[in-house]
Amino acid sequence: MSVDWNAFTPTAALAGGVLIGTAAAVFALFNGRIAGISGVLGGLLGPVKGDLAWRVAFVLGLVAAPLAYAVFASVPEPRIDAGWGELVIAGFLVGLGTRYGSGCTSGHGVCGLSRLSLRSLVATVAFMGAGFATVFVVRHMFGG
Amino acid sequence: MPILTSLLAGLVFGIGLILSGMADPAKVLGFLDLAGRWDPSLALVMAGAVGVGLLAFAIARRRTVSFLGQPMRLPTTRRIDGRLVGGSLMFGIGWGLAGFCPGPALAALGMGQVKAAVFVGAMLAGMGVFELLERRAAPSAAKA
Repeated sequence: MSVDWNAFTPTAALAGGVLIGTAAAVFALFNGRIAGISGVLGGLLGPVKGDLAWRVAFVLGLVAAPLAYAVFASVPEPRIDAGWGELVIAGFLVGLGTRYGSGCTSGHGVCGLSRLSLRSLVATVAFMGAGFATVFVVRHMFGG
Repeated sequence: MPILTSLLAGLVFGIGLILSGMADPAKVLGFLDLAGRWDPSLALVMAGAVGVGLLAFAIARRRTVSFLGQPMRLPTTRRIDGRLVGGSLMFGIGWGLAGFCPGPALAALGMGQVKAAVFVGAMLAGMGVFELLERRAAPSAAKA
């Protein structure tokens, strides 16, 4: 392993993380809910009566975030190297997997670890481990 | 009011994702590539988010209703089973393939990224398949 110090952005990473944590805090303390994106979004597909508006509002806020960000600074352009086929397969696996596993990076990672949940720790270790392994296989065994 | 705080939480969450670099798949894959030139930034995103989250959930845990009088709906499940681990592994593979998890994909969608839209479409399809399979498995049970 070698650390890419040129790519390392500790201040932005930490500040962004604090904002993410603050959003999760607002959602827990004011709405009494877990800010888990896969759960909020997935719940829209099997809607329970009276359970729709807050989900739509959260997702709208998330999608509108680049617009709000643009008020303060220029939005950095994301680099998406995955091809179309890869995106479809990856998206499907993320959708199905997060619903079976009851959470993603936000629900298990941020909120679950903050709640000191062993269940979320196990999930986080599983998806991070699978993420590390997948990148290793794609980049270093098949040469990317 | 809960709709407004939900919108606000989504917005702040998304701004945090953009600022931290999480909304850039190339940055995420740089973190997941332990064997390559490793970018440790995202570990700090998690540290910042969980740092705030620990405090917030310590308060939330002691309450039965939120500041807005909403019932506290924090997870009570502690079960660690095949669904949790298998689903999380599946999610991690998809995450490692494209560099997107659900929140960042929605934020990148808001930037007008066509590739993010394809990913989100496939992700919703995966979530839809989960709903269908769950309904087939337990047709009468109301899904929470």
